[in-house]
Amino acid sequence: MARALINVPPKAKRGEVIEIKTLISHIMETGFRRDNVGKPIPRNIITQFTCTYNGEEVFRADLYPAIAANPFITFSTVATESGTIAFEWTGDNGFHETGAAKITVE
Amino acid sequence: MKIVESSTMGHDRKGATRRALLYGGLAGLGAALIKIEPAAATPETMQRAIRQVVGEAPIRRGKVALDVPALVENGNSVALTIEVASPMTERDYVKAIHVFNEKNPLPNVISAHLGPRAGRAKISTRFRLADTQTIVAIAELSDGTFWSASADVIVTLQACLENLD
Amino acid sequence: MACAGAAAWARRASHFAHAAGAVARLAHPALLLFSLCLPTLATDIPPEQRRSGYADLGPDTKAMEDDDTANPAMLWVLDGETLWSTKTGTASKSCADCHGDAAQSMKGVAARYPAFDAKENRPVDLEARINLERRDKQKAPPLPFESHDLLALTAYISNQSRGLAVAPPDDPRLAPFIAQGRTLFETRQGQINMSCAQCHDDNWGKKLAGNIVPQGQPTGYPIYRLEWQSLGSLQRRLRNCIIGMRAEPYQYGSPEYVVLETFLMRRAAGLKIETPGVRP
Repeated sequence: MARALINVPPKAKRGEVIEIKTLISHIMETGFRRDNVGKPIPRNIITQFTCTYNGEEVFRADLYPAIAANPFITFSTVATESGTIAFEWTGDNGFHETGAAKITVE
Repeated sequence: MKIVESSTMGHDRKGATRRALLYGGLAGLGAALIKIEPAAATPETMQRAIRQVVGEAPIRRGKVALDVPALVENGNSVALTIEVASPMTERDYVKAIHVFNEKNPLPNVISAHLGPRAGRAKISTRFRLADTQTIVAIAELSDGTFWSASADVIVTLQACLENLD
Repeated sequence: MACAGAAAWARRASHFAHAAGAVARLAHPALLLFSLCLPTLATDIPPEQRRSGYADLGPDTKAMEDDDTANPAMLWVLDGETLWSTKTGTASKSCADCHGDAAQSMKGVAARYPAFDAKENRPVDLEARINLERRDKQKAPPLPFESHDLLALTAYISNQSRGLAVAPPDDPRLAPFIAQGRTLFETRQGQINMSCAQCHDDNWGKKLAGNIVPQGQPTGYPIYRLEWQSLGSLQRRLRNCIIGMRAEPYQYGSPEYVVLETFLMRRAAGLKIETPGVRP
């Protein structure tokens, strides 16, 4: 099952500011909807998204039910060195997903 | 999340696809300063949520550019981009960007934590709006100051739906 | 907007079994007024004026469709790619076993579907074709309508035609079905008592409650619809249209949808396939 779409430039110059786009498959159930017999549908959302660059956190976001389904988040980071840019999503009901992309910095 | 009241259907609006792009307080940039009249009564919960983040510190208008469509195609997914004017150096950077709304069931939308490694204080996401309302973005800087911008967004109901309730 | 008096062009009242009573909610007053005042024309959109709903999107939604890493629909396309090579059924065959590389074998398929199936003696859409292949070749049970796997496969296969022009087959056997589809398109239905053509042939480009009325060209299906926050088929979207007219939608898989699709694809001839599209 495809879980996430990640867009990280494969190459960058040292010191260049790069844009990273991420999209994760998730229904982001708000907890405010009701089913067709009026029963509340329990909340089921991603609550946190973290990005690390060779192990060091460079970006973190706290998400709330107002974030649309299949959360799409773009942000920037400075290309400091070659290595791995890793992503982690955590949320309700033990939701936990990870992703990663390699980058070459010259 | 569909709590769109019928009162939004006949709502008076200014130009369907004009963007509510706000720059405030930046000298010499030549950006037009668009004056937004505050909503008649900003709901308490949004103010309280903002105070929880900001504490007693004053919130200044400026530095924050909030890019969101003035009239959305669908309240279920609204594109949002926020950029904060900042050199993003080790000594002067944006610590966090917080987004709030006034008419959804909950006031918070997203809190993004940045730092000098961000390079640029710019984030994008897609969020939900239950009704026509004002949204507020607050930037927390490394020097402890808070800056904000707000935008009014109109939300209408789709003509062809899945259900009628 | 010329008012009633154009009764000379009056369309037939719907004689298909729509149980309008199933739906209690009344239309918005503006829509009722709209339906009374419209002149009834029966003109197809000339080829040079045809445009996809993409043209009516706001810049952010366009950007969402243009960027494969920002379009949630690509999650389904990727799953379809996996399913394409997954063996299934008692025959333990994958699509790839017979059809090889989809980029080659499926190129152009979505552009010429629905197509006539000799054995079924009627046109079939892509979803039905997938299930026929499962039944006949893979000996596997059919995938339910709007199921993740069926959407993923349809999206993956249709995606192979992205950029190609809609090219409905010049098959005389399709003629009666296209005519049936046209009749459905031009017949008033539901409590709102309007036909598809009244908005999508005669008033496209104008506004309805803040949204631009599109022509209703199915160039991007299956689409990621912001209203659903999910990928969905053309049939699902047509059901939304019918509910929008406060009429009872047909069951999934009904021949009415297939003849409508067959007609709509002929009407869209020349427009480029965009699958997977993003729409409000």
